[in-house]
Amino acid sequence: MFVIKYKKIFIGISVLFVTLSIAAVIVFGLKLGIDFKGGSSLELSYNTTRPEITEIKDSLINSGFGDASIQPAGEKGIVIKSRDLTEAERATIVSLSSLDGKYQVEQKSFTTIGPSVGSELKKKAIASIILVLLAIILFVAYVFRKVSYPVSSWKYGFVVIIALIHDIIIPTGVFAVLGHFLGVEVDTLFIVALLTTLGLSVMDTIVVFDRIRENITANRNANFSDLVGQSLSQTFGRSINTSLVVLLMVLSLVFFGPESTRLFSIVLAIGMFFGTYSSIFLASPLLVVIESLQKKNK
Amino acid sequence: MIKKRIFALIVLLFGLGLGWAVLRGEQPNAPKFIANHPFRLGLDLSGGTHLLYSADVSKLSASQVDDSMSALRDVIERRINLFGVGEPIVQEQTGSFGSGGDHRLSIELPGITDIGEAIKMIGQTPFLEFRVQSDEPQKISIDKDGNATIDPNGNFVATPLNGKYLKSAQLSFNSSTGEPIVNLNFNDEGAKMFEQITRDNVGKTVAIYLDGQVISAPVVREAISGGQAQISGNFTPEEGRALVGRLNSGALPVPISLISTETIGATLGEQATNAGVKAALIGFLAIALFLIIWYRLPGLIASIALVIYIAITLALYKLIPVTLSSAGIAGFIISIGMAVDANILIFERFKEERKKGRGTRDALSEGFSKAWLSIRDANTASIIISIILFWFGSSLIKGFALTFGLGVIVSLVSAIGITRVFLRALPTMENSKVGKFLFSNGFIK
Repeated sequence: MFVIKYKKIFIGISVLFVTLSIAAVIVFGLKLGIDFKGGSSLELSYNTTRPEITEIKDSLINSGFGDASIQPAGEKGIVIKSRDLTEAERATIVSLSSLDGKYQVEQKSFTTIGPSVGSELKKKAIASIILVLLAIILFVAYVFRKVSYPVSSWKYGFVVIIALIHDIIIPTGVFAVLGHFLGVEVDTLFIVALLTTLGLSVMDTIVVFDRIRENITANRNANFSDLVGQSLSQTFGRSINTSLVVLLMVLSLVFFGPESTRLFSIVLAIGMFFGTYSSIFLASPLLVVIESLQKKNK
Repeated sequence: MIKKRIFALIVLLFGLGLGWAVLRGEQPNAPKFIANHPFRLGLDLSGGTHLLYSADVSKLSASQVDDSMSALRDVIERRINLFGVGEPIVQEQTGSFGSGGDHRLSIELPGITDIGEAIKMIGQTPFLEFRVQSDEPQKISIDKDGNATIDPNGNFVATPLNGKYLKSAQLSFNSSTGEPIVNLNFNDEGAKMFEQITRDNVGKTVAIYLDGQVISAPVVREAISGGQAQISGNFTPEEGRALVGRLNSGALPVPISLISTETIGATLGEQATNAGVKAALIGFLAIALFLIIWYRLPGLIASIALVIYIAITLALYKLIPVTLSSAGIAGFIISIGMAVDANILIFERFKEERKKGRGTRDALSEGFSKAWLSIRDANTASIIISIILFWFGSSLIKGFALTFGLGVIVSLVSAIGITRVFLRALPTMENSKVGKFLFSNGFIK
């Protein structure tokens, strides 16, 4: 199986992407959305034409909303992001955006989140990622509890964790880059997308490992790396086809779905891609590497 | 074989019937039993306002907190109902993880997109007032059919006494008759006014109004001093208790402050709904096309099973009911993709078994039983994740977790159960070229 034969290259690609992603997160940092840091987001739509963004900006600055950032949305809309606003402040911003009534403006949506709610959501997000990781590790260790030859079952769990961390870090890195250059923010839905990716990726990995388990039981004396290669080629078509099918759904969400879940589906698409990669090209080769290291030490 | 085919036909008809019911229910003048279960759309799809209040319970003792919070919810629910908002949802959120034991009230107001109006509606103190019978004669209006009606409100005039002067209300029972009595305690100023009003109106009715509606109209027996009033009359203990609750709700029992709001315009919600439906349809067609081209006859069967899967899931959304948000629709759309996964696992196994030289039927049952373990393990992981998400998440995440988790569970039934029923009912066509082609897949001829 070519995956096992060229395992160093494939593992190398993963290492490269993970390193780049970590570097991106360190250098650029993540741009947090208002649901994590508190603040408000106001989407407005102009009935006929949109005034220059700078004009709106000036009118906001003059009234003490200097921290507000304005982004165009669609042809006639804008999104104004700023600190969390009271009802009176919101009404003021809406009327300021109409440039004293010169432009007809309609409010499409408004969200304001207090800082306490934001920090709470952040805590929840981190807690749920840790909890999901723990649950998956325990689950994998349980499922493979009877497989302990030639690689012990906790090592399967260990490899799954590495694959999962790989799956989390890369989309985060991509979003650090997107955040830096395009102002894309990390919000609650981003976390949900990451966790869903974990689910799909672990599914893939489990299917491959299941096959390895089955082949080991059927043929105890075979060379481990051959067995892994054989298992991979048996599950290869399924892995690719399954990911393709889910990816078809995710892409139709990206291109045709609602605006509010677009970023979410982009994260999922990226995550699906690297998740599939990790379960085929990272997890199983790592198992082989671990086994050969074990042999050397003996 | 005949039995299997009849069973498959029943499953197919059931699925199609369910699908018809789901679609029919969304059209006007649908039969009642279907129309009674519409899709429940979240605020981000239907348009509306979500308000999150933090309640300041620091001045209350621990034992009072729960009562005060539910009283607060009742008061606010009542205030909203007075404005006729359709299906408002008012929920307490207490002691959730990460909130530091903060007591919160979450309010969803579908259809209300004017936040100013919504905040006013909730922040406003309901108006309790006392009115007395006026000396004017009853006003009688006669409509064009000649029916005379007496306006029950017309005969009362306002007094300066209102809820501002009420200290509290309690329910008690008459010691001899056991009749429920509502006791009102006014503050000093209110006590003086009440004494004056009762002195002037002995033998007449003093009506108690809440937001312009009569809630009680006792007859004054004598002038009352001391700021204590009793309302007794034809009410049950339950009604008395409700009245006390309403009187005490003159002001909010706990001070509240707004900590976050969200408003989505109706057009935006509608666009999101349409986009979600479109994405689901296009995604489904793409998958069906892929399945049929790659897996041929079994792929077609899987696509039909997928239609039934979609019908079952949508019907469950209506029956449970699940409140659909755009995140929820995303969860559903992804679950469609996952539902196919189990079928792909089975088909790939089926292909392997056929390569080993088994007959179609043998290979099928082997494929199902060998793929089952992988399917079970893989889906368990997804179910665990959706449970954690549901448990931990904000309402946004909960919506996703619910549709996603439900989708995974239903997909297990549809992929394993329904596909198997159909595939077993097919003729094996073991020795014909057409049969071989139809049961092969990929680039193999």
